Amino acid sequence: MSTTSTQDRPGPIKARPVPHPGRWVALAVIAVVAAMMLSSFLTNPRWNFPFALQVMNYKPVLNGLLKGTIIGTVGSMVIGIAIGVIVGVMRLSTNPVLRGVSFLYTWFFRGIPRLVLMGILGSGLGFLYPKFDIGPLPFSQQLAHALGLHGDLTIFTLNVNQFSSTIIMGIVGLGLSEGAYMAEIARAGILSVDPGQNEAAQALGMAPGKTMRRIVLPQAMRVIVPPTGNETIAMVKDTSLLSALPLITELYFQTNAVGTRTLQIMPTYVAATAWYLIICSVLMVGQSYLEKYFGRGFGAPSKKAQQKLTKIGADH
Amino acid sequence: MPDDTTTAKAADPALVHAVNVHKSFHGNEVLKGIDLDVRRGEVVVLLGPSGSGKTTFLRCINQLESIDGGRIWVDGELMGYADKGGTLHRLTDRQIAAQRRDIGMCFQRFNLFPHKTALENIMEAPVHVKGQSREQARVRGMELLERVGLKDRPSAYPAQLSGGQQQRVAIARALAMDPKLMLFDEPTSALDPELVGEVLDVMRGLARTGMTMIVVTHEMGFARDVADEVVFMDGGVVVEQGAPRAVIDNPQHQRTRNFLRRMRAEQEEFVHAAAALADIPVPDPGAGGAAR
Ligand SMILES: Nc1ncnc2c1ncn2[C@@H]1O[C@H](COP(=O)(O)OP(=O)(O)OP(=O)(O)O)[C@@H](O)[C@H]1O
Ligand SMILES: [Mg+2]
Repeated sequence: MSTTSTQDRPGPIKARPVPHPGRWVALAVIAVVAAMMLSSFLTNPRWNFPFALQVMNYKPVLNGLLKGTIIGTVGSMVIGIAIGVIVGVMRLSTNPVLRGVSFLYTWFFRGIPRLVLMGILGSGLGFLYPKFDIGPLPFSQQLAHALGLHGDLTIFTLNVNQFSSTIIMGIVGLGLSEGAYMAEIARAGILSVDPGQNEAAQALGMAPGKTMRRIVLPQAMRVIVPPTGNETIAMVKDTSLLSALPLITELYFQTNAVGTRTLQIMPTYVAATAWYLIICSVLMVGQSYLEKYFGRGFGAPSKKAQQKLTKIGADH
Repeated sequence: MPDDTTTAKAADPALVHAVNVHKSFHGNEVLKGIDLDVRRGEVVVLLGPSGSGKTTFLRCINQLESIDGGRIWVDGELMGYADKGGTLHRLTDRQIAAQRRDIGMCFQRFNLFPHKTALENIMEAPVHVKGQSREQARVRGMELLERVGLKDRPSAYPAQLSGGQQQRVAIARALAMDPKLMLFDEPTSALDPELVGEVLDVMRGLARTGMTMIVVTHEMGFARDVADEVVFMDGGVVVEQGAPRAVIDNPQHQRTRNFLRRMRAEQEEFVHAAAALADIPVPDPGAGGAAR
């Protein structure tokens, strides 16, 4: 066994790598396809990229992008995440009433298409309740009448038609719908956290609410963030449904309007597509930062942490 | 007389006073009337075969599990209930959380908060449960890290620490609340053998400072050296209890004898296996038995 001399022992490995002919073939095919696309972009005047660029910078389009698409996405995601976390936590509560309410919420808002919801909120709600009286009790008007009071116990009256086709209604509607999806995501995230974490916090004397906020949710975020990024990107595109409220300060409606006016349909689609892609790219960058932040302490340490570790020196 | 709730107050030297504790899971009775008194400064080691209810009993003491029968007092305070003129009222989750502040617990699987560094783990409860200032908690946290031999790793995340280091941080985290009582549930059984010693050393040090401890462990050496009392549980009852020499070296009950024999056989087997791997001669199994 140990008769081999040091000279005979194999030295460092200098092997040829595994050949990957498939990669080169794929690269060639893709290069040809890309060249064909490029040539069609350049030679087919109907693409009319200069006009598409003009549409992208057209004032009403930019206005729609900002006030409809971007503000709509941010607003509805903020509401959606807030509702989602609350409903998700309720779903896991020991209180059966809260569990039931959260189940009904998810069932209802996950079941309605957003397009239909926009229609209901934009026109239906204002038809049913042109004025929304908010009083301290149910049936407060009837109650006041029965008691012979002069006032009607109403504290506050909301004029629904005043904002039924504004971005506020759109954000509320999309946020309510998003809340149902986010609730499922939050619930899955919370369930992914080791129950030992909850017990460790409880053993330290932490109350259940604080345990949820400080220990469980931050760890659940690691699981919650990636699908939330997906949801946000889906929401960017779903803001085009705002036009069903109807709300016309919104990217797709505005580019479309230019298209129908100028009969340059395809370039306006290109303009809309370009804007949607730009927003989604920005969001993806943001998502990757969030994932790094909430992934701290899990899996492989970041480069910076690794450097710090080697500097401290491996004790043990 | 142990049933008389009024006598269980201050004058009682027992820090933990458990009487006739019963606990079932879905009709499966796991604790069948446990009585246990732990005096201040005493170290009690709980022994027993798997499934005998050791973990469950520890978890009942700090109300991670509620009990179905009997009473548990810690420092004169009835755990989990308020006794109002003979009628028991279940405490709210918040009130129970408040009762747990004085009881530290260490788990088999450490359960450190993975998203926080070692120091942040230790500071968490003092700051967010007790309301200490961050500065105060940091100073105390560094002291505790030093005490468990980890003063150079405050900013390491748990995933960057070995099992033994994690368990020592977990002990420091529990100590940061200045508990009156420490509960240990098999603190070394998830560790590689070469890391067991460093955790037991910290626990020995803790016992020397006069901390009251209830320890579930299979480390006979620790039980023999440190325990004031060894309690052997089987099938949800206390079979035998007494001084470590009495219970470990001269058990009175057949069930205790069987358990100890099995433990010794396992440890010997382990020593042989380890010795075979390390290619060293096996020492004569002398009088020490399962020494560590
Ligand atoms: N949450 C639970 N639900 C149902 N059964 C449980 C639960 N916790 C414990 N048990 C049961 O109670 C019994 C005692 O469990 P326990 O964990 O207290 O034993 P143990 O003495 O700590 O054993 P080990 O040495 O394996 O840790 C076991 O039969 C176990 O299956
Ligand atoms: Mg156990």
